[in-house]
Amino acid sequence: MRTATPGRIEIALSGSIASFPLDTRFSVPAKGVAAIFGPPGCGKTAVARCIAGLERLPAGFCAIDGEVWQDKTTFRPPHLRSIGYVSQEASLFPHLSVRRNLLYGAPKPKPTPIAFDEVLELLDLAPLLDRSPSHLSGGERQRVAMGRALLSQPRLLVMDEPLGALDSCAKREILPFVERLPEKLALPMIYIGHDMAEIERFADHLVMMERGMVTAAGPLHVLQTDPALPLAASREAAISLDAVVSGYDGRYGLLILRLKGARLLVPAPPLAPGVHQRLRIAAYDVSVAREAPRAGSILNVFPARIRACLPLGAAEITLVLALGAGGSGTEILARITRFSFDSLGLKDGVDVFAQLKHVSLLSTSEPPLQTIPASTPTADRGDRQATPRRETRSSAREASGIFLSLHSCRATHVT
Amino acid sequence: MHGFSPEIWQSLGLTIELASVTTVILLIVGTPLAWWLARSKSLWTEAVAAMIALPLVLPPTVLSFYLLALLGPNGPVGLLASLWGGRTLAFTFAGLVVGSVLSALPLVVQPIRNTFAAMGDRPLEIAATLRASPLYAFFTVALPLARPGLLTAAVLGFAHTIGTFGVVLMIGGNIPGRTKVLSAFLFDFVQESRWREASWLAGAMLMFAVAVVLALTLIDKYSRRRST
Repeated sequence: MRTATPGRIEIALSGSIASFPLDTRFSVPAKGVAAIFGPPGCGKTAVARCIAGLERLPAGFCAIDGEVWQDKTTFRPPHLRSIGYVSQEASLFPHLSVRRNLLYGAPKPKPTPIAFDEVLELLDLAPLLDRSPSHLSGGERQRVAMGRALLSQPRLLVMDEPLGALDSCAKREILPFVERLPEKLALPMIYIGHDMAEIERFADHLVMMERGMVTAAGPLHVLQTDPALPLAASREAAISLDAVVSGYDGRYGLLILRLKGARLLVPAPPLAPGVHQRLRIAAYDVSVAREAPRAGSILNVFPARIRACLPLGAAEITLVLALGAGGSGTEILARITRFSFDSLGLKDGVDVFAQLKHVSLLSTSEPPLQTIPASTPTADRGDRQATPRRETRSSAREASGIFLSLHSCRATHVT
Repeated sequence: MHGFSPEIWQSLGLTIELASVTTVILLIVGTPLAWWLARSKSLWTEAVAAMIALPLVLPPTVLSFYLLALLGPNGPVGLLASLWGGRTLAFTFAGLVVGSVLSALPLVVQPIRNTFAAMGDRPLEIAATLRASPLYAFFTVALPLARPGLLTAAVLGFAHTIGTFGVVLMIGGNIPGRTKVLSAFLFDFVQESRWREASWLAGAMLMFAVAVVLALTLIDKYSRRRST
């Protein structure tokens, strides 16, 4: 008999549900967000239902952080699994108010580890409490459903396409709340989705599925840059990274972030050193040069080595680059034309310079600092307030082509 | 009121008592039965559903005939009753209740079954993921959500029992004060050509029927508004 490993979420399901064959095995850390990603109809929801115990495959194994929920001899019914389950439809109980919906699964003896007031604040539910579910918008309903799941004090939160039934407007409204959950609660989460743009914002691990089978599983960043997988070769290819804040240049409003093999400068509000910041770097925002650019507006230029070349359509190529001299650092993606590829004579193993035109900062685990860290010599209030304006000014200088890498050197000295 | 005899008032009381007791029993028996019919995947459900639906197509006299055979002193239930001192259920109020329950059962089970079926698995699954045991989920989610269906069923069952006639004559024996309900009184009035009393009684029962149909429509409207 299989034994459960503490610290892991282990799932092994094989059999068929309503004549849909499923053969899904994966193991992800019971910490952070693991996303299950795949096209619609690939069996993602079936996996979620099996984890919740709503579906039973006789030859299944399901263990959460050392606690076996299902194996050959045991099958815990859903109400005995400490799971928080949020599905595509909010499925609020129409006969109960928002408050009573929220408290439906909450254990009676208080206090609880996930407190009622905390959830209200996290999901901004206080204004909705005494309303009836029929008077809520789609986004509000989904927030209540999340709050209700959290208040049942789960050990694992499973979200099955929680944004799937929402229009793009409601999605934008609710996505920040979804992103905040894993940061604020030390609760492992399985997020199921078919939209990479959502997943890359907050997932740590990725399980890719197709036709009921797992095609790849691992840390998100590793799969994003794996040349053998479709992610890197897709048109929306991007990488998600967790960088560490190492300082702030108050004079120019630039956040200094450390990655393996690179030091990034990004126009942003200040953050305390040591904070982890999620970054997204799209392949089309990265270009390459054979020689170090002597004068240019792009702040982030790093030596890198080409690890793989993936054709994208007839005219373009996506490069997998490893940052750092000798290519020992973090891997990123770059999108260039086939024309440039040939004329620069690029191939695997060639050393180049990666130029990062744009780096997006995603959710932060901490709110922006109210005071600028003492390490920045020119810190003052005016400077911080001017940050957004400076951002536009800096892009204007980029356009004029005289704002150069000299600036990046100075900024590095600041820390 | 226009010279209704005390017997009529007594009969009215009896009728309401019969309908109330029958409705309560119908809901207690019908709800779990409807739940099982709506949710079980067993092949037996359709066979049982057909059995329950029989009184709809069977003449009440036929149903009553078999009940008499069953409940009478020589029937299995009658024999069983004699074990604990009872004589027979035929021609008693209890027998009348049994007959009314059986003949109204399809009218009660069907709307409840439909409501449970329309509800689907979803609310109960959600309740289960919120640590609700199946029994707790039944009482806190399934029953409250099925309220319109339960109301419809209760009104139909009550009204049908008020109007029951064949069963009353056959099983009840039309005994004044014990089993003689309003519909039987109406029959007697017509038999005795007491047209004035007959028309008053018929009119009152007509008004009651109108009120029932109106109530059903309102329940339907109310539940539809809630579900949107």
